[in-house]
Amino acid sequence: MRPHRLAFVLSLAAGPALAGSDVPRHQLTPSPEGNLVVGLCDGETSIEVKGVKPGDQLTREQGQQIAGALMQEWRQKHPDAEWIVAAADGAPEAPGAGASAESQFQTYGAFTGRDRRIWQESTERLVAEGKRIFHDDKALGGTNAVSCDMCHPDASNTHPETYPKFQVQLGRVALLRDMINWCIENPVRGKPFADDDPRLKALEAYILAQRKGIALDYGKH
Amino acid sequence: MAHKSIETKYYEERASFFGDLTRLGALSRRGFLQVAGVSAGIAAAKGLIVPQSFQLIEIAQAAETATPAFTIAYISDTHLYTRKVNDRFVRSAVKAVEEVNALDPQPDFVLFGGDLAQLGRPEELDLGAQILKDLKAPLKMMVGEHDWFLDMGEHWRSLFGPSQYSFNYKGIHFVTLMSVQEKDFWTARGMTPEERMHTVAGLDNGVQSRFEVGPEGRHWLQTDLAAIDKKTPIVIFSHSPLYKYYRNWNFWTEDADDVQAILAKFDTVSVIHGHTHQLLLNRIGNISFYGLLSTAWPWPYAPEGLPKLTVQMNRADPFNAFDGCGDGQLNVLASGMIDKVYNLWNRNPVTVRANYLSSNGTKDRPGATTLSSY
Repeated sequence: MRPHRLAFVLSLAAGPALAGSDVPRHQLTPSPEGNLVVGLCDGETSIEVKGVKPGDQLTREQGQQIAGALMQEWRQKHPDAEWIVAAADGAPEAPGAGASAESQFQTYGAFTGRDRRIWQESTERLVAEGKRIFHDDKALGGTNAVSCDMCHPDASNTHPETYPKFQVQLGRVALLRDMINWCIENPVRGKPFADDDPRLKALEAYILAQRKGIALDYGKH
Repeated sequence: MAHKSIETKYYEERASFFGDLTRLGALSRRGFLQVAGVSAGIAAAKGLIVPQSFQLIEIAQAAETATPAFTIAYISDTHLYTRKVNDRFVRSAVKAVEEVNALDPQPDFVLFGGDLAQLGRPEELDLGAQILKDLKAPLKMMVGEHDWFLDMGEHWRSLFGPSQYSFNYKGIHFVTLMSVQEKDFWTARGMTPEERMHTVAGLDNGVQSRFEVGPEGRHWLQTDLAAIDKKTPIVIFSHSPLYKYYRNWNFWTEDADDVQAILAKFDTVSVIHGHTHQLLLNRIGNISFYGLLSTAWPWPYAPEGLPKLTVQMNRADPFNAFDGCGDGQLNVLASGMIDKVYNLWNRNPVTVRANYLSSNGTKDRPGATTLSSY
C-alpha cells in the first residue's frame, strides 16, 4: 500500500495559493456542549476536547495530547498504513544538502520542501495561464482568429533570451513585451496590452518558461 | 532625391530584374539568358547577391543539362478561414493562384498539398474550392488534417472526391496517400466534432494521436503498387512527411517505417509532402523527401530531429506577413526525379536539385542560410 503522508496542521502558509473556493473544507460537527472540536487534515477525523471551549488558551501538553489522540484515531482507521514522518516537509532547510551543524541559518531562506512546492505550483499556474492565452485568439483580443501558437508552437522562435535588442523594423531597442504587443497588434489584429496587464505578464511567463536552460544573450540577432 | 532604404532599393532592383524576365516570356532562351546574365551581373557587381542564388538563372543553367520533362506547380497549406474572419489567408491563397496562372509555359498540373481550410468548416472548404477553380491548369487535390477532423472528411470528399488515389502520367506512377489518419482520441474524452478539430488544429496540442497511413491505407498502397515495375519512377503526394521528424508537432508519421518498406523495391521514389510549412529535405534509402511551403504562415524548424540534408531557409521576418510563405514548382526530369523550386515570397527562390538528395548531399548543395534558427 502506498505510504500516507500526513501533517497535523493544514499550513496557513498554503493560504494564498490553495485557499480558493474550489478547495474542499473539512466540515466539523459542533460539540453539543460547545467544546472545542479539532479536525485532522485528512478531512475526516475530528476530536472533541472535553472541558475546553473555542478560544481557550491551551498548554503545549494539551496540544500534544490532542495531536496524539487524533493520530491514534487515524491509525486505527488505517491499520495497514505505513507511517512516514514527513521530516523533510517540516524542518526548515539549511542551505546546501546535508548541511552540517555549523551551517548558517537565518529566517530568510528558511523554507521547507512544502514551501517550494507551493511556490512552484503558483508559478506553474501563471505559466499555464500564459499558455492558455497564447493558444486562444479571443483571450488575446484578436479579431482574425489568429493565435500565437499558430506560428510559434511551444513558443518556438520567440527567443526571449535575445532581448533587449535593437529591432531594425521598429527603429528602436525592443523588449520581449514590445514584440508580444507587436504581434498582438499586427498578425493577431488586436489591441496591445498595457505594461501592467496580467495577460502580458502571463504571456511573458509562458514564453520564458519554454526557454529554461537557454543562456541569456541580450542583443543577439 | 528622396531617401530610399537599403531594402527599398534592393526590392526595386529585384522587381525590375524579374519584370524583365516576365516580359521576355515568349522570347527565345538565348534572349532570356542574356537578360538574366546582365541583371545578375549588375546585382553581383553591387555585392547584393551571389548570382547563382537567382532562381531563373539556375533554371536557365539547368536547361543546359537536365531539361524537365514536365512541370508541376504546387500550392499548399492555405489554412483558410472565411473571408470575414480572416482576409489575409484568403489574399495569400489568391496570390498563389495568380502566380501559378502567370507561369509561362503553364504547368502540366497543379498539386494542392492539403490543409485548404483551417477548421474544416464547409464554408472554408467551399471558399477554397472557389479560389482553386480559377487555376488554369488541372488540379490534383490532397487532404490535410485541418480539412478532415470536423466531419472526418465528408465535405472535403463531396467537393474533391476520394482522399486516396493514383494515376499514371508521362511514365510516372503518382500516388496521393491519405497520411493524416489519427487513432480515436476523442470518443473517450467525450469531445464534440468542433473540439476534436480544435485539438488536431493545435500543432503543439499533445492530446491528439500521431499521424498514420494506417493498416487499411498501407494495404491499399501495397495493392496499388503490386503491378508496377520497379523501374517505374514513383511520386507520392502525402500531407504528413512520411518519416519521423518531430513527434510533438506531428511532423511525424507513426507507421512511416512500414510505408517506406512498401516503397523500398522501387528505384526512384520522391515524396512530396505538406504540413511542415518550411524548406525541408530528407533522403532515406531510395526515397527523396521534399516539404512544401505554406501560403498562410511559415513554421520554425523543430528543436530536434531536423534531417541532416535539410538546408534551412532563412528565418522569417515577423514584420512581413508573406515572408517565409510561398508556393513553387516540381520540375520532373526525364529520369522521373524532381528538381524542386521553393518560390519564397519576398525572397530569392531556392532550387533544390534532385542530385542533391540522390547524392546524399555531396552534389549541388543549395546556398546556406544566413539567418539560422534561434
